[in-house]
Amino acid sequence: MRDVAIIGVGQTEVGEHWETSIRHLALGALQAALRDAAVPRVDSLYVGNMLSGELSGQEHLGALVADFAGLRGTEAVKIEAACGSGAAALRVGYIAVAGGLADIVAVVGVEKMTDLSGADTTAALALAADGEYEASQGLSFVAVNALLMRRYMYEYGYDREDFAPFAVNAHRNATNNPAAMFHFPVTAEGFARSKMICDPISLLDSSPICDGAAAVILAPANVAGALSAAPIRVAASAVGTDTLALHDRRDPLVLDGAALSAQRAYAQAGVTPQDIDLFELHDAFSIMAALSLEAAGFAEKGRGVRVALDDEIGTHGRVPIATMGGLKARGHPVGASGVYQVVEVVQQLRGTAGANQVPDAHLGMAQNIGGSGATVTTHILECMGS
Amino acid sequence: MGNDKGMTLLQPDREVGVVGYGAYIPRYRLPGTEVDAVWAGGQGNAPIKEKSVPGLDEDVVTMSIEAARNTLARAPHVHAEDIRAVWVGSESHPYAVKPTSTIVAEAIGATPHSQAADWEFACKAGTEAFQASMGFVGSGMARYALAIGMDTAQARPGDALEYTAGAGGAAYLIGAAAEALAVVEGSVSYVTDTPDFWRRAYQHYPSHGGRFTGEPAYFHHVESATGALMEALGTTASDYTYAVFHQPNAKFPLAVGKRLGFSREQLEPGLLVNEIGNTYAGSSLVGLSAIFDAAAPGDRVLMASYGSGAGSDAFSFRMTEAMTERQRLAPRTWDYVARRVVINYATYVRFTGKLDQ
Amino acid sequence: MSVARNWRLRAQRYRLVGETCDTCGVKIFPPRDICPECEAPAKTPFAFNGRGEVYSYSTVFHAPEGFEEFAPYTVALVKLDEGPMLTAQLTDVDADDVQIGMPVEMVTRRIHSSGDDGTIIYGYKFRKPLQESA
Repeated sequence: MRDVAIIGVGQTEVGEHWETSIRHLALGALQAALRDAAVPRVDSLYVGNMLSGELSGQEHLGALVADFAGLRGTEAVKIEAACGSGAAALRVGYIAVAGGLADIVAVVGVEKMTDLSGADTTAALALAADGEYEASQGLSFVAVNALLMRRYMYEYGYDREDFAPFAVNAHRNATNNPAAMFHFPVTAEGFARSKMICDPISLLDSSPICDGAAAVILAPANVAGALSAAPIRVAASAVGTDTLALHDRRDPLVLDGAALSAQRAYAQAGVTPQDIDLFELHDAFSIMAALSLEAAGFAEKGRGVRVALDDEIGTHGRVPIATMGGLKARGHPVGASGVYQVVEVVQQLRGTAGANQVPDAHLGMAQNIGGSGATVTTHILECMGS
Repeated sequence: MGNDKGMTLLQPDREVGVVGYGAYIPRYRLPGTEVDAVWAGGQGNAPIKEKSVPGLDEDVVTMSIEAARNTLARAPHVHAEDIRAVWVGSESHPYAVKPTSTIVAEAIGATPHSQAADWEFACKAGTEAFQASMGFVGSGMARYALAIGMDTAQARPGDALEYTAGAGGAAYLIGAAAEALAVVEGSVSYVTDTPDFWRRAYQHYPSHGGRFTGEPAYFHHVESATGALMEALGTTASDYTYAVFHQPNAKFPLAVGKRLGFSREQLEPGLLVNEIGNTYAGSSLVGLSAIFDAAAPGDRVLMASYGSGAGSDAFSFRMTEAMTERQRLAPRTWDYVARRVVINYATYVRFTGKLDQ
Repeated sequence: MSVARNWRLRAQRYRLVGETCDTCGVKIFPPRDICPECEAPAKTPFAFNGRGEVYSYSTVFHAPEGFEEFAPYTVALVKLDEGPMLTAQLTDVDADDVQIGMPVEMVTRRIHSSGDDGTIIYGYKFRKPLQESA
């Protein structure tokens, strides 16, 4: 088992890329990442993606992206775990390097969501849920999260408006991130007036449909310094799973998969939540952000929203989240988001986050969730040379 | 009680009866005043108060399943696997080819050893299925057979029938008389080729012969069938506690009842048309279920359906001691009538799919 | 969803047939053949009575493809009397008349139809129990 480091990162802007196909999106991010380091070669490539088949009529992305990126013949495969595909691909890349089976591994998360109608894309997103017993009942993925949010509000006595700080924080940070999709601020009043999609989830409560790709290059830690001016060590990489269907959960209001994943990661890194300087969590919906804070040990059960209400989630707070806009405002090109999160943690640890810089960021955590909590992958990253 | 060749009375060798029954009526109501306001200048000429309208997720399959479940609730000793036929009669089967009856049979657990064809004879499709059930059980071929009459009637917008084309019906489980809450004393049908009301294969709405639907059609067939039944059984109107006739509107059943010697009091408990409209293949059967809800042991009930095209099936029933206890094992017909949500014409147009054409 | 795939699920959709674990007694819906509690094999069919209560609900204004004709509609997590929870639409109910904890009963309704010429999918929805007269 070897220590693994990230030597290069790259990303495209998140948005509606009418001119750019899925293979071009992946290429853009991959090339940016390869330029970010002195990469001698790529031994294997892992492509994280959820919906290329449904929305682009294209599976088999591993070989496709490898060939398109000038890596024909390289080991390459697509990794899928719904909206957790990005970090899942990173996990597999990590295993390859840590296990000594590859030295330089490229991971790219890519998603192209805007080619089909909103209704078609919404239907495709429901593939993350239980097809036979959730999606078939007429539930969109938003509806699944709405059921969660309403129960959470009922059990812990919150109003819908109490979730506003998650959106306000994300949008504030996104205005300083050139790669983010949205550059407008959100106010609590605007949040309160926002149009309902599936009550209690409103337009300003849920992440957008968009296109994007992000990439990361991995190498053994003991040679990373020679390949990168600012290598970042992967201190932990851990996965936890849970039931797909919300109705099958032990307790729908506890993300057991996220808790398992976080606990495994903390154990690997030998740290506790108090040691974490920033947490790029999976804020596809504000309820997911609240539950993620609780599952990862940053808040007691039922108090995740309290953390946001008490103004602790900003870049200078106790637990900075969505520091570059998060899934909400940077955007959520579903299979790519997990890699965007890691790119952003790297930016923070390198001190290149600009106006969004978390002071003295040394240890950062990224957690990517598939579905409503069924596959959760957590990475903890650490500055090297400390 | 056998039959000589040539007699009109339908009476199987084994005595049969109704072992369970149950109704279903959807909850939405379109007031006659709404139709009147849209099509007739709001002159106050609506022939009935309101009619029932199925919800977006309802059809003859779903309604029949609920009526069947109510029926089985009133026959708690019956195992669904012993039901040897599930026969749904309707003018609005959701599929032209693929029987409603197969889905209902599956939903109640009567499959796989069950007959499950659909029936059509306008508003008497359900009662003919009832007669077939009598034969199935009475011959000893089956312990139980389930006959259902159910409709989600559609009328052409602006046609007079739009006031009354309603949704609902009822299910009847026929079995041995010894298990019954109402014994079937006999039945007589009167059928001719009389084209008073019809719908061609690819048409969405029916057509009708106006006043031709009255005397030569409804009245002639209902009077003939009922008259022949009472003659064969040696009964008169005064022998019956209640009577129920097919209800295309409020006038026809009262008029035919009067001609046959029945009083208004005998007809009242089964008269639902003013509250739910004409439920077509469900009409006489849902009127009958309302009467069964109110009847006492020993009561005699007469029922005559009418199906355009044309024919009438008349039946004579005698309530048994078992009726009282089993009436309350499922929602009553008037519970469904009372369960109402009034909608306007716009919502009715959306619910009945008229915007899709 | 394909004809065959829907057809395989009809016992679950029409009659709420799940399983009971012969080892620990837990009732399972949907059926999954391995008990989620004790991990023993669990294949004995069990038909739920259809009664339960609302655990959570949400009204869908923007329906996914195939369900637009029904919008708006309310979906819910329903905790069945016998223990398991399932996801289903509520029916015969006004959206602002739903509460967490509300008792409900199962009915069979149209879930979906594949256009004018595809099959019609029927399945479970839940409504407030009907009041029976005294």
